Amino acid sequence: MFDIRREAEVSYAFIERNFNLLKRYLNWEILFFTYSIVNALTIGLIMVGRGSAQDVLYLVIGALIWGFLSIMMREVSDAITWERWEGTIEYTFMAPIYRITHLVGSCFFAILYGLLRTGIVLAVMPLFFREHIDLSQANWLTMAVTVLVASLSFIGIGLMAAIFPLLSPEKGQAANGILESVILLISGVYYEIEVLPEWLQLFSRISPATYTLRSIRAAMLENSSIADQAHNLILLLIIGIITIPLGFWIFHLGEQYAKRAGRLKRSG
Amino acid sequence: MMPNRLIVDRLVKHFHRKQPYPQNIQLTSLQKIRHRLRRKKEVIKAVDNVSFQVAMGEIYGILGANGSGKSTLIRLISTLLLPDSGQISFFGYDVVNDSFKFRQMINRVSVEASFFKRLSSEENLIHSARLYGLSARDAREKAEKILVRLGFDSTRMDEMMEDLSRGMQQKIAIARALLTSPILLLLDEPTTGLDPKSKRDVQRFISEIREDHDVVVLLTTHDMVEAETLCDHISIIDNGKFIATGTPKELIAQISTQGDKVTLEDVFIELTGKDLTEDVE
Repeated sequence: MFDIRREAEVSYAFIERNFNLLKRYLNWEILFFTYSIVNALTIGLIMVGRGSAQDVLYLVIGALIWGFLSIMMREVSDAITWERWEGTIEYTFMAPIYRITHLVGSCFFAILYGLLRTGIVLAVMPLFFREHIDLSQANWLTMAVTVLVASLSFIGIGLMAAIFPLLSPEKGQAANGILESVILLISGVYYEIEVLPEWLQLFSRISPATYTLRSIRAAMLENSSIADQAHNLILLLIIGIITIPLGFWIFHLGEQYAKRAGRLKRSG
Repeated sequence: MMPNRLIVDRLVKHFHRKQPYPQNIQLTSLQKIRHRLRRKKEVIKAVDNVSFQVAMGEIYGILGANGSGKSTLIRLISTLLLPDSGQISFFGYDVVNDSFKFRQMINRVSVEASFFKRLSSEENLIHSARLYGLSARDAREKAEKILVRLGFDSTRMDEMMEDLSRGMQQKIAIARALLTSPILLLLDEPTTGLDPKSKRDVQRFISEIREDHDVVVLLTTHDMVEAETLCDHISIIDNGKFIATGTPKELIAQISTQGDKVTLEDVFIELTGKDLTEDVE
């Protein structure tokens, strides 16, 4: 029988373990934080002196939100990659837990970690852009709701991407890198999607990052309310409702294949 | 009434592998590409029509050389591989159809300890225990008791796994398996590569488990003395097939002639034509 309390405790086990790992690889975390901060700064600084405060903020939002969304996508599949490398994947898959519980734990960690990392980068930004960024028009509530709704669809994508390292850690990481870079290209992270060739814009319309960035930019630059962004938020919700069960189903197929072909062994 | 034993019935598992490059011919890059494009898949019979039963309280040994199918068999019973055909059941639960229930009853120790190396043994054990519904406090208390019996200094539980010796890591792996009180314990070469002291500690502990708990133990090993000392029944596996089964005495009797002092190793060499001493990883 499905015991919700037990499942919550099992999910927590994955969150706790990942935070423990994060502490033990602190030097790597410092490197990632430094890279995230420098990346957001250098992208924002491109526009300082060339455009308005709104233009600088436009780019900074792109850098920050892309940082958050890519962490969400990557962390779910990295959890699998890590277990393949350490050889613990067999023990996780042998435990009497539902896969959904396992993956929900990894997804919650991804959200918490993404918020933590993006929050720290966000806190550092005013030190560099104080006079170049105008946050007087920011609607923080719309931004927070957008981040929350967008997380659903990126978890769905992360679940689908997690089958790559399940089948092959090295090739899986490469495949995920390609997927991530394609989403970066098509979603208008640093430019409007209208500048893309028309055939590429078709793909932009199915990328959740497109609607996330539109909604957050409208919130932060134009004080747009939740009601104003209802169209983008509903689209994000629909994408999330489709991608999450689809992600679980694809992961299930990947797991069944791995068990048939003997791919769960330690690798690396 | 449900049969309180492990039943493996006509189990088959084949893998498909692309043919490797010919070993004895030097190929140019172009030839290698051509070979890569044209090579066919070959079938590897990892487990080939294997049947056996193990009763509660029994230690069942599986002896085989590297690549003979021992670990594949353990992975099939661990729900980590899906069989091509045949059945595995325990207490009436099927390994494929009732895999969740099956997983509640089993745990495993493999030849590689497999832990998060930068986490402490305590953190690794608590994480594993939580997956089986144990609280951190219960896991810590239980782990300490098991580790003391295994001769592990429990004050070292907060050290990172990578700082512990191979023997210590394997003792932690045994504690991880026993924390969850499995009634089917799968030991896949648990003493391979251990120093003599750790090996003795682990072997003594396996004997104690059988005496203290109602459990089925399936043990794969390279070590003939270990198999002879610990196992009630033994099967010898070669190329995925069981080629002999019996008690250690029965196996020895198969090739023993009057007056000869025959060991289990002699039986193995006689039946498989392989020498395990060349084979130990």
